[in-house]
Amino acid sequence: MTSQKKPLPAHLSRRSFLSSLGAAGVVATAGPVLATAQTATPVAPMAADSTSETIEGAIPVSLRVNGKRLDLQVDPRTTLLDCLRETISMTGTKKGCDHGQCGACTVHVNGRRVNSCLTLAVMHEGDEITTIEGLGQPGSLHPVQASFLKHDGYQCGYCTSGQIMSAAALLKEKCGPSDADVKELMSGNICRCGAYPNIVAAIQDVRQQA
Amino acid sequence: MEMFTYTRATGVPQAIEGGTQAQAKFIAGGTTLLDLMKLNVERPSRLIDINRLPLDLVEKLPDGRLKIGSLVRNSDLAHHPVVESDYSVLSQALLQGASAQLRNMATTGGNLLQRTRCMYFRNEAMACNKRTPGSGCSAIEGENRTLAILGTSKDCIATNPSDMNVALTALEATIHIQGAKGERDVSIADFFLVPGSTPQRETVLEPGELITAVTLPAPKAGSKQIYLKLRDRASYEFALSSAAIVAVVNGGKLDYIRVALGGVGTRPWRSLEAERVLHGKAADEKLFRQAAEAALHGARPQSQNAFKIPLAKRCITHALTLATA
Repeated sequence: MTSQKKPLPAHLSRRSFLSSLGAAGVVATAGPVLATAQTATPVAPMAADSTSETIEGAIPVSLRVNGKRLDLQVDPRTTLLDCLRETISMTGTKKGCDHGQCGACTVHVNGRRVNSCLTLAVMHEGDEITTIEGLGQPGSLHPVQASFLKHDGYQCGYCTSGQIMSAAALLKEKCGPSDADVKELMSGNICRCGAYPNIVAAIQDVRQQA
Repeated sequence: MEMFTYTRATGVPQAIEGGTQAQAKFIAGGTTLLDLMKLNVERPSRLIDINRLPLDLVEKLPDGRLKIGSLVRNSDLAHHPVVESDYSVLSQALLQGASAQLRNMATTGGNLLQRTRCMYFRNEAMACNKRTPGSGCSAIEGENRTLAILGTSKDCIATNPSDMNVALTALEATIHIQGAKGERDVSIADFFLVPGSTPQRETVLEPGELITAVTLPAPKAGSKQIYLKLRDRASYEFALSSAAIVAVVNGGKLDYIRVALGGVGTRPWRSLEAERVLHGKAADEKLFRQAAEAALHGARPQSQNAFKIPLAKRCITHALTLATA
């Protein structure tokens, strides 16, 4: 940290905060080595261009993620989901079931919503991938993001990025006007907290504003 | 997941050449294959990505048939204007299958080859003749509530899970196949195999053969089409019983009738027995009940799925009522 006196920077992400907490956890349980542990740097997320480490059998793929072209080397078994989360450290997209049953991993590929856990990164050469990080920004939220805030469309938040990506795509799809129509087209996104009524209200609010 | 070599096919002949190599699989939507690769149920050593092949068009042919490229995604097919108007049973079936995300990924060819959801097939620790021929069937004396009652054998009772296949069966689709030995067309009636003693063989496809398209006959003038799906949840669930009906009623009589069933058979189940009862007769509920009885006459329930017999009968009766209303 460059400055300990300033308040937490606005861009400090939940993940980098948790990474620091992880390091603090080591401190708490490792009494005798307290002094050295305190100076240890938290593990930095792997940078997008960090391909210096050779991955056996890796093959090249170029993706456009949120408008930015990324030339990557990936093990062909890497799903698009794992590529986003592990290779380029964009962890807004969540892994739930990893079998296409829960929708937590929903992203847009060339504008269409898909389960990123059931497709390989190498299958997306040249494709435009949009994740929750690219949908809106603090201060200029996508209307669906703003509406989820307004309607409290979540509890624990784990399914939320998938719900929002799904809902943002739904706005451009053929969908009837009723709540039942929205529920049908959102059925691929499971929320174990049961925030469904608020999620449907959030989506309907955006559709009615449009 | 085991390692594989990955290649992007740039042409159909090149894809087929790759596909004939040992342990090779084509990958399109990936929604079945990758799911099963993560479970170690599918273990290809070579994946041929066919997503860039020019097989993604829906075209009306001069003779009135509809040609659907094997890479047409389920969502695009369901919302295609010709499918919505002339082959609505297909549109209905597709939209009642899976989720919006999966429909954006899954392809026509891939859906034809969708594997069973039998939990023993999906669990490599369990005996399954379909996954490991000769290992036995854990389902027959196990959890079999959702499994098949028609077309079963002592070696396998797994259900074909697809909704699309049921609609394509009622529409009498033809599957176009290309392989190292050339091209061939197979009627959907001949495409799927019942398990018998070789449940590992689900279709007539030979290694390396690629489905390039599906054609539908010219639309049946004046037909009414219904896909009725009954399931444990209202959405995003496989059928316990479903019925695809294509019916033409003239002067109160059934001039033309096609009946196909899902969720109950080891393959998409065309019921010629029901059609024979219905054809040429006055459309009324008593007749529909007789047809439903005929359709389920050969059903063989397991320990947990006898409920599917009355369920399927009611499904057929209600679907026929809707299709002739």
